[in-house]
Amino acid sequence: MSVRLGYYPGCSQGSSAAEYDISTRACCKALDVELVDVPDWTCCGSTPAHTVDHHLAGALSARNLRQAEGAGLASVTTPCPSCLAALKTADLHLAEPAFRTEVERLLGGPAPGHVDCKSVLQVLYEQIGAEAVTAKVKKPLAGLRVAPYYGCLLSRPPALMAFDDPENPVSMDALLRACGAEIVDFAYKTECCGAAFGMPRLDVMTRLSARILGAAVEAGADCVAVACPLCQMNLDLRQGQVDSAAGRAASNLPVPYFTQLMALALGLSDADACLNKLVVPLEPALAKAAARAREAAAAKAAKEAAKKQSKPAAADAAKPEAEKEASCA
Amino acid sequence: MKTIDLESSRDTAFMDAVACESGQELKSCYQCGNCTAGCVYTHDYDLPVHQVIRLVQLGQKEQALSCRSIWLCATCQACTTRCPNNIEVARVMDVLRHMARRQGKTPERLVKTFADSFLKSVARHGRVFEAGLAMTFAIKSGKPMQDAGLGPAMLTRGKLAFAPHEPSNQAKTEVAGIFDRFAAGKPACHAEPTAATTEAKQ
Amino acid sequence: MRIGVMICHCGNNIASTVDVEAVAAAAREFPDVVFATDHMYACSDPGQRKIEEVIRELKLDGVVVASCSPRMHEVTFRRAVERAGLNRYMFEMANIREHVAWISLDRKRNTAKATDLVRMAVEKLRVDRPLTPKSFEVQKRVLIVGGGVAGIQAALDCADGGLDVVLVERRQAIGGIMSKLDKTFPTIDCSVCVLGPKMVDAGQNPRITLHALSEVEEITGYVGNFDVKIRKKSPFVDWNKCTGCGACQEKCPSKKVPDAFNENVSLTTAINIPFPQAIPKRATINADYCLRLTKGKCGVCEKICPAGAIDYEMKDEIVTEKVGAVIAATGIDLFDYKKCGEYGGGRYPDVITSLQYERMLSASGPTAGHIKRPSDGKEPKTVAFIACVGSRDRSLNRPYCSGFCCMYTAKQAILTRDHIPDSRAYVFYMDIRANGKGYEEFIRRAQEEYGVEYVRGRVAQVIPVDGPNGPQMLVRGADTLLGRQVELKADLVVLAVGVEAAHGASALAEKLRISYDAYGFFLESHPKLRPVETNTVGVFLAGACQGAKDIPSSVAQASAAAGKVLALLSKDKLESDPQIALVQAIRCIGCGKCERTCPFGAIRMRELRDGSLRAEVVETVCQGCGICSVTCPVRAIQLQHFTDSQLLAEVNALCRTWDETTES
Repeated sequence: MSVRLGYYPGCSQGSSAAEYDISTRACCKALDVELVDVPDWTCCGSTPAHTVDHHLAGALSARNLRQAEGAGLASVTTPCPSCLAALKTADLHLAEPAFRTEVERLLGGPAPGHVDCKSVLQVLYEQIGAEAVTAKVKKPLAGLRVAPYYGCLLSRPPALMAFDDPENPVSMDALLRACGAEIVDFAYKTECCGAAFGMPRLDVMTRLSARILGAAVEAGADCVAVACPLCQMNLDLRQGQVDSAAGRAASNLPVPYFTQLMALALGLSDADACLNKLVVPLEPALAKAAARAREAAAAKAAKEAAKKQSKPAAADAAKPEAEKEASCA
Repeated sequence: MKTIDLESSRDTAFMDAVACESGQELKSCYQCGNCTAGCVYTHDYDLPVHQVIRLVQLGQKEQALSCRSIWLCATCQACTTRCPNNIEVARVMDVLRHMARRQGKTPERLVKTFADSFLKSVARHGRVFEAGLAMTFAIKSGKPMQDAGLGPAMLTRGKLAFAPHEPSNQAKTEVAGIFDRFAAGKPACHAEPTAATTEAKQ
Repeated sequence: MRIGVMICHCGNNIASTVDVEAVAAAAREFPDVVFATDHMYACSDPGQRKIEEVIRELKLDGVVVASCSPRMHEVTFRRAVERAGLNRYMFEMANIREHVAWISLDRKRNTAKATDLVRMAVEKLRVDRPLTPKSFEVQKRVLIVGGGVAGIQAALDCADGGLDVVLVERRQAIGGIMSKLDKTFPTIDCSVCVLGPKMVDAGQNPRITLHALSEVEEITGYVGNFDVKIRKKSPFVDWNKCTGCGACQEKCPSKKVPDAFNENVSLTTAINIPFPQAIPKRATINADYCLRLTKGKCGVCEKICPAGAIDYEMKDEIVTEKVGAVIAATGIDLFDYKKCGEYGGGRYPDVITSLQYERMLSASGPTAGHIKRPSDGKEPKTVAFIACVGSRDRSLNRPYCSGFCCMYTAKQAILTRDHIPDSRAYVFYMDIRANGKGYEEFIRRAQEEYGVEYVRGRVAQVIPVDGPNGPQMLVRGADTLLGRQVELKADLVVLAVGVEAAHGASALAEKLRISYDAYGFFLESHPKLRPVETNTVGVFLAGACQGAKDIPSSVAQASAAAGKVLALLSKDKLESDPQIALVQAIRCIGCGKCERTCPFGAIRMRELRDGSLRAEVVETVCQGCGICSVTCPVRAIQLQHFTDSQLLAEVNALCRTWDETTES
């Protein structure tokens, strides 16, 4: 089953979230998802736009939806939850005549019709499915303990995002499990990391990200898998700032994008997984996981061998008992 | 702490404007506090979110628009997701921030500066030029060294583009046009009650 | 014909937007009208006496009253004209309140419309004929569906009143939710101790036939003569032989059966008696978990049963009963706590429902009355109670208040402190509803005497956390009175779940042909004045199936329903409504279309001596819906009091005056 969608990368994919874009494109290719870049896309405005004016935000997003529509793309996917929220919100409110009129005034032209927008996570989970992923896994992430961190927007609010459970989402869990990873119990799946406050109010952001990293460490995770460029930046690039604000030693907890983990499991190239772009390296965790997996395999083999040995011994043990009974009778 | 005269201090135009711009009916709010309970930014707020809503319910425009809370809301949607009365609380906070900005009430200078710098970058380049934004903000914030340590980490990993990745000139023009038209005009809804809301009140 | 017309002011209700004097004046000019007046309150005593007076003095043949909806006072006025010597069907009502005065403020148009409606009523009355109700015998027996406290109370009251009672309960024992409670508020009485004698009584009363583990399969008929088919499900145990000794339960090897009575706090065996005081105290085999029934193995219980009561081949049985009235007392079920994902119900073992907690508190429960954390069996020191879970919540489609959770939460908090004196109980609430007798004092007692901490604010989330002494649940709440976010590390979290109509209630409503609201609660005839009757004659409501309520209200309502049934069946015969279909045999062509379209099965085809067929109406079953009269191709079957001529008289009256009332 092949899927073809518009792809809206978002502004961070060219720079600070390069590894997300690269690994997403690689995974999609490997899983038969054809991504067609929205031609001549521009910034959706993200958080700053909607905190200034809803019509401005709507217009910036509407331009991109119009570009997609013009290229015959009825469906668009994006890796960034903030872009997704912007596009979906615009799409939703363009159905209201007053909103549409004002957006068209700002655009200086007609607004688009309905365009279906989804996250890359949603596409992989719903349209490809965990089973199809497992079928293509070549190097299962055996022994790797992952804390799946969805961030605050992917499934919230449910009325807008219409995807997964807003309190306990499971889509990333399922995809990573399909890749052979072990998912740890993590209660902070949808808790906000501090969003765009990294620059203007670092103190606010570090406090929130500290809780998430701390919870992941407590849960025994080797890494935190993410699906949002801002979450990744706050937890990875800024991990040093987070730990120092929390007054604790370095967490050394890698924060790969879930698509990077999938790329590894699907046996894609190093360039596709681009682990080298992570600030906190993932390699030590992978090595630990591999060792854990080897130990587990060895223990299992030993158990099987022990079971085989004890069976004939048990048969011998039963014989003298039977003979004893016979003699008593 | 001044006594509030419930009738004379009630700014109904303000209440109507909030309802119109946010599309939310705040009479549905029964002040259960669920939003505050789940809001992770409460730690840094001066007023918890349910009290901001309460101020709007009582038509207390000055107090509602002067608080810091509306500038520190990340619209993370925890409140909206859990409100038992289906109120989009985060949207209301957003709208209050819009109004505060238009009135020149900006107690969180850096939050405003960040948003302004971001949008300027978009208006200029069609897409956000991250390095440019970081530099602009570093200067304007007066805290140039805050993120200096992050530079090398990004550089060595090829995550710091020194030139903006711009779209076509046509696209840039279109985006710039959006900002120009935004700066020039003002939509009908803002601040004035519409015919619809006035009739509903009757 | 001599007709009298009265236009009612209904105080201000009608008179404020209709010129009633003008309508009366217009009516005076209508053909056959010899008297027309207006009156302040037609339904009042003086109003009715005036009607009777005028009938006698002016020798009237019929009366029209223009006032409220017939649903309000048609019966009142019919009785009044009957007292004055007229046939009660020589009376027509024009609804100029709900259909005119209450829907428009335009006095001119209202007056014109009211005049039209009165004209129509007069024209119909001119072609009305006297009708005579027939009477039919009744069964002095009542069916009560549901064996909770309401059903039991209603059964006992009806039996005491001399009626035979058929009590049907779908679970294997009666007692409902009250049998699961440890103590009841506000007296902290032991629940089963006060309910027990009633349950025993219901089980032993010679007038009460108890069908447990049974459901109503089908019900046909009409008030006074309902035919009920009851499906008695097979317990695979002959209850006539079973003594309830419990030996089978002790030996059953299938021990991982979800224990529904104990709200899945514990597991039980495939063959079991739900609780020690169960009525009937008989064993039942859960066919899904019995090794014999699923795999053909085991069979231990059959071997050891001293009474030889086990019967694996036992089948369901259908029993038919004839009754004169029905009381629905099907009660409630709890809101599914898994729907509140933020509280982690169903995910975290130490987040439980109030009823699960109740089973733990109960001395005869699965933990012998010891409060234990499901996760590690330790005694909790800090217990958090979260109110309004699944109540007062539009986002969960449960906007209503469940009414008694504030009270039971206070009770459980008090009992927690009783069981574990050094514990701390916190109640996270939005509002406290305590409007029964002694209820407010009970809440104060919880706070003042027992030190239960009440925190005003709804909880946003409950997540696991590492506490100083091990794993705990972090409750993230708010204190809106203080305006701060609060949190609590609790050992145990109890969700005060709300209630909804019992699962399957709407299916039963369809069988009984009664209405139910969007949430499955059965609809009463009138929310204020007729809380135990339904719009289906002969079917009554008792208890929480009509709306969430506490035990005293359920018991009171049950006795009220029993009272209504006793009144209904106190007569040997009941009157049938003559406003039913009637076949003019001479016109009937025997096509049978009416028989096929009748939704109540009230029409039979009768064969004449010459072999031709004629339709015949079973008068007691016909509900007067009129579908047959519309279906009949030759207009042979007519609905009495709503015949084609009578309805067309109204239409003609309206259409004839249309051009007089056209205005710009």
